[in-house]
Amino acid sequence: MDSIIWPVTLFLLINLLAGLWRALRGPTAADRLLLSQLFGTTAVAVLLLQAWQVGLESLRDVALVFALLSAITAVAFVRRTWPGGADD
Amino acid sequence: MIDIVSSTFLLAGAAFFFFGTVGLLRFPDVFARLHALTKADNVGLGLIVIGLALESASPAVAAKLLLIWLLVLLASASVAHLIARAALRRGMRPWQQ
Repeated sequence: MDSIIWPVTLFLLINLLAGLWRALRGPTAADRLLLSQLFGTTAVAVLLLQAWQVGLESLRDVALVFALLSAITAVAFVRRTWPGGADD
Repeated sequence: MIDIVSSTFLLAGAAFFFFGTVGLLRFPDVFARLHALTKADNVGLGLIVIGLALESASPAVAAKLLLIWLLVLLASASVAHLIARAALRRGMRPWQQ
């Protein structure tokens, strides 16, 4: 298990790099927001993996904050910069 | 033994993150991409959390991991709903063959 943490972490980070292509292409702002959501979830996964690897308890709290913030980002996006219909 | 099981969970979780990214890159519209993204969010992170929880030092740590996963589950479900609703209201229609 010890030996697999770093490869999995690196794989997730490379995954994110590939995902950046979507931010480049768009075409709508929502597509780019989806990528930022993927960044949030992957950050949580990487932080949890590293919390185990390094044995640093506080990294789990950081992961919790990341999970919360990425949800708030999406809500703010929908409400403020990409509002839908008039009946909101 | 438990090492093998949790490593398998971690690898399966990483695979779901990979599939989610491939879907995000390949699918034709926002709705389909939302579908791909929620796979990575829910199943990918879930499998990684299960793998780590099996190896965790204490039940408290395992419970905290599961709570983080539950928060992400709740958040990604509501976010997917919000974005899909906003897209529909802006007149975007799901891609059809």
